[in-house]
Amino acid sequence: MLHIVNKSASERSSLESCLRLATQGSAVLLIEDAVYAATTGNAAAAKIQAAAAGLKIYALGPDLAARGMAGRVLDGVNVVDYGGFVDLVAEHSNCQSWL
Amino acid sequence: MQFGILVNEGPYNHQASDSAYLFARAAIEKGHKIPRIFFYHDGVNNSTRMAEPPQDDRNVTTRWSKLAQDHGIDLVVCVAAALRRGIKDELLAPGFRISGLGQLVEMGIQYDRLVTFGD
Amino acid sequence: MSDMDDMDDGSGIIKKFMFLNRKAPHGTVYALEGLEVVLITAAFDQDVSLVFTDDGVYQLMKGIDTKGIEVKDFSKTYRALEGYDIEKLYVDRTSLDARGLTEDDLIVDVTVLADDEMANLMAEQDVVISF
Repeated sequence: MLHIVNKSASERSSLESCLRLATQGSAVLLIEDAVYAATTGNAAAAKIQAAAAGLKIYALGPDLAARGMAGRVLDGVNVVDYGGFVDLVAEHSNCQSWL
Repeated sequence: MQFGILVNEGPYNHQASDSAYLFARAAIEKGHKIPRIFFYHDGVNNSTRMAEPPQDDRNVTTRWSKLAQDHGIDLVVCVAAALRRGIKDELLAPGFRISGLGQLVEMGIQYDRLVTFGD
Repeated sequence: MSDMDDMDDGSGIIKKFMFLNRKAPHGTVYALEGLEVVLITAAFDQDVSLVFTDDGVYQLMKGIDTKGIEVKDFSKTYRALEGYDIEKLYVDRTSLDARGLTEDDLIVDVTVLADDEMANLMAEQDVVISF
């Protein structure tokens, strides 16, 4: 399953709930304001790194760049473009947007 | 593959509509089909041709209309959500039509994937 | 609802639909308009699960009284869902615990799921729509 999170972890519980309810081996794609969680020094970074042991974590590159965060991505996070986003949706049998 | 897209927020306030558009364009570039995009909640506000953003900003509504025209996409605005928010047939930009929520359920049943963009 | 009984799309396909409610009622419109989608889906004979997590569990509180804020009280509609053949209602245990709630506080009978049960239920769906 592909989980899509779009809200800052500093503002909403969506990332936390997603990580809690994603089964082992699922993919989590961070887009829009959620990409901050995948950057070094962010309060949610430890959670992302711990989750990366059992989940595949992706972040949308254009959203990172638009926020001045392209150079601060955590190790273990895969950066994809919109085409990569499309591929993730196609590769997984279902998806869930954590609105 | 056939993708359905659900847009739950209006243009400009939230990035949802931009993300949905860029996703749709990328999916088409990769050879996927987007037969229909459904607009719900404040997403119905994407459909009004009365919107006039500043010249140096993107025009979200005309961008949807062009994508629909170029790729045969059915842009469906939820009737109940639209009427609540004052969106009527005479305000619709090209390519948009007003219909019921059943059109959204059909997307879930008939297409390979349904991707939601919202707040 | 008789006018909606025959909204079969003709494909004969039955998919697993999950409607995931994560937001409290009234503060935003998502809970109310989400419920409208659920009611329509009932007419399509799909395999529907209705799930409440996070602040979404507040939608099911007993004793909701919206007179003072002058908006529609749709909480009673959850009790009518059975009549629409929507019988699979699930609530996230962790979300209840984090809000000091138990099943007894809720307006309808639900199945309470632990994290791993909820995770598996979600993973097996064909379509997940979150409000």
